[in-house]
Amino acid sequence: MASYKAPLRDMRFVLYELHNGAALTQLPGLEDMTQELIDPVIEEAAKVCEEVLFPLNRSGDEEGCRWDNGMVRTPKGFIEAYRLFREGGWTGIACDPAYGGQGVPHTVNVVVEEMICSANLSFGLYPGLTHGAYKALYTHGTEALKERYLHKLVDGIWSGTMCLTEPHCGTDLGLSRTKAVPQDDGSYRLSGTKIFISAGEHDLTENIIHFVLARLPDAPKGIKGISLFLVPKFLVNDDGSLGARNGVSCGAIEHKMGIKASATCVLNFDDAKAWLVGEPHKGMRAMFTMMNDERLAVGLQGLGLAEVSYQGAVAYARERLQGRSLSGAKYPDKPADPIIVHPDIRRMLLTMRTTAEGCRALAGWVAQAVDVQNHSTDPKAKRDAEDFVALMTPIVKALFTDLGFEATNLGIQVMGGHGYIREHGMEQYIRDARIAQIYEGTNGVQALDLVGRKLGAHTGRFLRQFFHPVADFITAHADNKALERYVDPLTKAFVRLQQATGQLARVGLSRPEEAGAAASEYLRLFGLVALAYQWARMAEVSLAKLEQKTGEDDFYRAKLSTASFFMDKVLPQTGSLFASIMAGGATMMEFPEAAF
Amino acid sequence: MKILVAVKRVIDYNVRVRVRADGSGVETANVKFSMNPFDEIALEEAVRLKESGAATEVIAVSIGPVQAQETLRSALAMGADRAILIQTDEAVEPLAVAKLLAAVARRESVELAILGKQAIDDDANQTGQMLAALLDWPQGTFASKLSIENGHAIVTREIDGGLETIRLALPALITTDLRLNTPRYASLPNIMKAKKKPLEVLTQAELGVDITPRLVTLKVEEPPKRKAGVKVADAAQLFDKLKHEAKVI
Repeated sequence: MASYKAPLRDMRFVLYELHNGAALTQLPGLEDMTQELIDPVIEEAAKVCEEVLFPLNRSGDEEGCRWDNGMVRTPKGFIEAYRLFREGGWTGIACDPAYGGQGVPHTVNVVVEEMICSANLSFGLYPGLTHGAYKALYTHGTEALKERYLHKLVDGIWSGTMCLTEPHCGTDLGLSRTKAVPQDDGSYRLSGTKIFISAGEHDLTENIIHFVLARLPDAPKGIKGISLFLVPKFLVNDDGSLGARNGVSCGAIEHKMGIKASATCVLNFDDAKAWLVGEPHKGMRAMFTMMNDERLAVGLQGLGLAEVSYQGAVAYARERLQGRSLSGAKYPDKPADPIIVHPDIRRMLLTMRTTAEGCRALAGWVAQAVDVQNHSTDPKAKRDAEDFVALMTPIVKALFTDLGFEATNLGIQVMGGHGYIREHGMEQYIRDARIAQIYEGTNGVQALDLVGRKLGAHTGRFLRQFFHPVADFITAHADNKALERYVDPLTKAFVRLQQATGQLARVGLSRPEEAGAAASEYLRLFGLVALAYQWARMAEVSLAKLEQKTGEDDFYRAKLSTASFFMDKVLPQTGSLFASIMAGGATMMEFPEAAF
Repeated sequence: MKILVAVKRVIDYNVRVRVRADGSGVETANVKFSMNPFDEIALEEAVRLKESGAATEVIAVSIGPVQAQETLRSALAMGADRAILIQTDEAVEPLAVAKLLAAVARRESVELAILGKQAIDDDANQTGQMLAALLDWPQGTFASKLSIENGHAIVTREIDGGLETIRLALPALITTDLRLNTPRYASLPNIMKAKKKPLEVLTQAELGVDITPRLVTLKVEEPPKRKAGVKVADAAQLFDKLKHEAKVI
C-alpha cells in the first residue's frame, strides 16, 4: 500500500516553530531566506518528489540497472526524471550561487533531501553523490579546476562520484594501492581498481567526474600517504567541450539487496589522466570534508524511509478489516474492525512515528548548526557550531539508519503477508534501508568515531555543545508542571548518559577495548537522549501553541501524544543500554577466538 | 502582445472540503489553498506563447485577500512577468470579477486574456464569457489547442460530440479545458526569482468597479449520504424499477 505525501506540516513545524528558522535570515548570505521564500520551495520539491520520483521507485527496483559492455543503463523513466530534476534546478539547491547554485540554507536542503529519500532513494543517490564531489572540489580544488568543473556539476549536466573502496580495503583506506604518477604537464596518470562506486557509470549525464583516492610514488605508507585526484570520464577541453574518453571504464555492476536502481560500479583506471585536488598526501582530509556531509545525508535516508514506510503502514492499518477490538467491536457496521484498533498495531505505528518525527526534529537542530558553521562571521558561534556538528555527525548517521531500518521492518510487520510480498512496495524499503547502516562508514565505525574521537576531543569540548543545552533546558523547566511528564523521563535518561560517559572516560583511556565494546550501545543511548530532548522541546512548543489557540489543536495534541509515547515506550531502552554498558566488555574479549 | 491571465486562490483539490457548522459556507480555516488547476493551464499556455515569441509579456491577476499574493508568487515562479492583486476580503461573484478583469485589461492594453474555464470551488464557468462580453471581444471557450497566427487566435474547442476549431480576431478571450497542456513544475531558480518580480496591489475603488454581490447564499450543505442499494431478482424487475420508480426509461 505504498503511498507518499511529503509531511509538509511537520516539516514547517520543525523549521519554523521548533528551531526558529527566522533566525537564519540573520546569517550573512541568508538574508533573503524568509519563510515566504522557503515555503514555495519545499512545496514544489514535494510535488516533484510525489509526482515524478515516487512513481519510479518500485519500477526502478524491479528493473534495476543493466550493464552492457561497459555501459550502464538506468531503469525506465530515470533519464526523463533526471532531466526534469536538473532543469528544475534541484541539483544545485545547496550550492554556491557563484557557480550557479541556489544557496538555499542547509536546514531547508535537509527537508528536501528527506523527501527525495522517501520518494526514491536510488534516484537520490545520483545527485547526492554529485553534491559530495562538488563539496570536495569546492573546498580543496584550485581555482582553475573549480572554474572548469564546478559550474557543470552544480548544473547537474555532469555528475560526480567518490572513489575510495578497493577490493581489499574498505574501512582501512591506508591499504589503498591505486597509484598516481606525475606527468610533465602537471597532471597525473592514475591506475588501479575501485569498487562499490555509486553512480560510477550511468546514462543520466554527459560526463562523470570521479574523485579518486590514490598514492603518489613518494607517498609514505598507510593513511598519511593518500592523495585525492579528479578523473573525468571524458577529458574536458579548454573551451569546456568534451574531448577524448579518459582511461576509466566500468568493469561490472553489483547485484545488491536494495537500492537496485542505483548503479554500484567496479571502476578500472588504466593510465587515466588525473588532477590533484588539495595537497599531496592530504587526501583523507579532503575526503572527510565530503564524508562528514555525506554521513549526515545518509542519516536522512533512514529518516526518509521510516516516514514513507509509516505512511504505507498507516494506510493499510486503517483499511485492513480483521477480527474485533479486544474491548468490543469499534465498527459494528463492518464485517470486522480495521487492525488499527489493536494495541500491538498501534505500538508499531507509534514507534515508527516517533522515529520519523523525532529524527526530523534532531536533523533540523544539527542542520541549523551546519548553517551557522557555514555562514556565521562570529568566531565563537562558528566554533561552537563546528563542535556540535562534529559530535552529532556519527550519531545522526548511525542512529537514524538503525532506527530507520527498524521502522521499515515494523512497516512490513503491520501489513503481515502483504508487507512481505513485493506488490505493495513495503519490503523494498527495508532492503533499501539496509545499506544505509553500512556505507559511508559502518555504524560500528560511527560508534568508534563517537567514543574514540569525539568524546575526548579537546578534553570534552565537543560534548559540552550537547550537554549544556540539555542541562539548561532541564533546569529551566524544573518547576514546570505542564512539562513534567516530558522533562522527568528526559532527566532520568540524561543522568544515565552522563554516568555512562564518565565510565567510558575512566576506562577508555587505559583499556581502549572496553570503550570499543561499549561504543555501539553508548551511541544508541546518546541518540535516544538526543531524541528525548527534541521530544521534550516539541512538547514545550506544542503546549504553548495550544494556549495560543491557533486552530490546529489536532496537530499539537497528536504531537504531545507522540511525545508521551516516546517517553513511556521508547526511552526506557536507555535503562537496559545503561546496564549493559556498565557491565563492561569482558564477556566478549575473554571469549577464546578458537571457540567461535 | 501582452497576455492577461487570471489566477484564483482556491481550496487545494486534495483537501476534503467540509461545510461550516452554521451552513454559511465551507470551512476555510487551516485549509491548504493553491492555484485553481484550470488557471495553471491558462498560465502555462501564456508562458509557452511568450517562450515561442508570440507574446511579449504575461501579467497574472488575482482578486482576493492578501494571501492571494502567494498564488501570484506561484504564477511568477511558473513564468509570469509581473502580477497584480486586486485586494479585497469580500466575496466576489463572477460578474464583479469580470468587471475588475475588464478594467485591468483596458488599463494594460492586453490583446489576449486566458482564463481557466471555471474555478474548482464554485464551478461557476461564467467569468470568461462575461469578460468577453464586457470587452466586446470574441471568445474561444473550453480550448484544447491554441495558436496565434497573423493577428488571429486559432482555437480548438471541446464541444459536445467532438472538437470545433474557430478563428478569432485579436484581441480575444480564451478559457482553458483540461487537455490544453500539462503545466510545468516551477524551477527552483524561478521560485527564488519570483520574490523579486513586481507585484502591484490595487483596490476595486482604484479601478472604479462596484463589486457589491448580486446574489445571496441561503444555505450550504453537504450532499446527502449515499443510501445502500437493493438487489434485483432479474432483468424484468430491473426494467420495472427503472421505468416506474426511477422513471428514467
